[in-house]
Amino acid sequence: MASMRDIKRRIKSVNSTQQITKAMNLVSAAKLQKAKTNLEGTRPFFQKVQQTIASIVKNSEGLNHPYLTVREVKKSAFIVVTSDRGLCGGYNANVSKEALRHMVDKNVQLITVGKKGRDFFKRKKINSEGEFPGVSENPTYAEAARIGQLVLDLYAKTEIDEVYLAYTSFKSTIQQEPTVIKLLPVDADKFQQMSAGEENSVMNYDPSEEEVLNYVIPRYVYTVLFGALAESAASEQGARMTAMDSATENAYDMIDSLTLKFNRARQASITQELSEIVGGAEALK
Amino acid sequence: MAKNSVRLQIITPSRKFFDEKVDMAIVRTSNGYMGLLHDHESVVTTLDMGVIRIQQNGKERRASLMGGFAEVLPDQITILTDEAEWPEEIDVDRAKAAKKRAEERLSEKAQEYNMARTQAALKRALVRIEVSEHHTNAK
Repeated sequence: MASMRDIKRRIKSVNSTQQITKAMNLVSAAKLQKAKTNLEGTRPFFQKVQQTIASIVKNSEGLNHPYLTVREVKKSAFIVVTSDRGLCGGYNANVSKEALRHMVDKNVQLITVGKKGRDFFKRKKINSEGEFPGVSENPTYAEAARIGQLVLDLYAKTEIDEVYLAYTSFKSTIQQEPTVIKLLPVDADKFQQMSAGEENSVMNYDPSEEEVLNYVIPRYVYTVLFGALAESAASEQGARMTAMDSATENAYDMIDSLTLKFNRARQASITQELSEIVGGAEALK
Repeated sequence: MAKNSVRLQIITPSRKFFDEKVDMAIVRTSNGYMGLLHDHESVVTTLDMGVIRIQQNGKERRASLMGGFAEVLPDQITILTDEAEWPEEIDVDRAKAAKKRAEERLSEKAQEYNMARTQAALKRALVRIEVSEHHTNAK
């Protein structure tokens, strides 16, 4: 049996770990609130952009735009959104693995957001050709646009033929789901379905449909990215909160069982001392 | 007057910037200024970086718009833009510093800077300065 002093030391150490996890839990709860409001703010813009593309695609049959046309795939780019910091349960591993599953049989060019994803793929001997550390906790539209610009450039230069985006979609505080979506080429059929129910209004485009599309499609890509970043940020905090909550819970259990052990050891030592005294007194008779 | 107003929405990626009824909005499109009133024909147009003038009950407000596009319907105008700011929100000193920096880079004609990006930065700074100076002069 471990000595009383050892057990006491362990209790102390578990206790201080618990204080840390408790504090982290509270911090991420506060950050989650902020991330959620940010997430809400991104939605109206995204919906409007989507609607506009939908109505242009619908109103102009046979429109040929490089971002809308599917071409033969030689190289696929993957944008994987992870966090910079750990201690958030399976959050980073889940989304990285989901991305890895989609990469099978593909000639991959990797772009990572967040340090954890980069490290994960480095261990798998896949180097990321674009890295964006330090954006995942508090994403801004400007950062999303920078990433978007990079992939649009590569796409325009035909260095890549399609772009996938792997991120964690935020279902609720306790539930996050790693998701992989196709970002480019933009799927025109999807928009056609979307606008199927809307009434057909005559719309003019100034200067032209192409010009408007030229402006709108990059925005669409940026906003999808921005939305994904915002969702991932919220998911990260949610995952961390859950992880820290269960860590705190576990620390309680550990302290309980250690305290029990400690009391047993204390009792045992008292019993031993007593029996030694009694034995000593007995011997004197 | 009231029945001839039109709903104007300005949305940026991170927030709903403006959503009210207005009498007229003057925006800078890529082909020049366009005044938007009630019952305008339906049009989608791309916007240049510039100032939007919003007229409401005889008063005029200005804001900076950093590009974007406007969807105009007879009873509603929706503007999507990368960034929108009221004059009070603009950091003039920062804009002036950005203007100076961009001008220096343009005069150096250095290869390491992306020309298009620098020109865009200069334009953004100029728009911001214009909006905020008009605001302080009007006071």
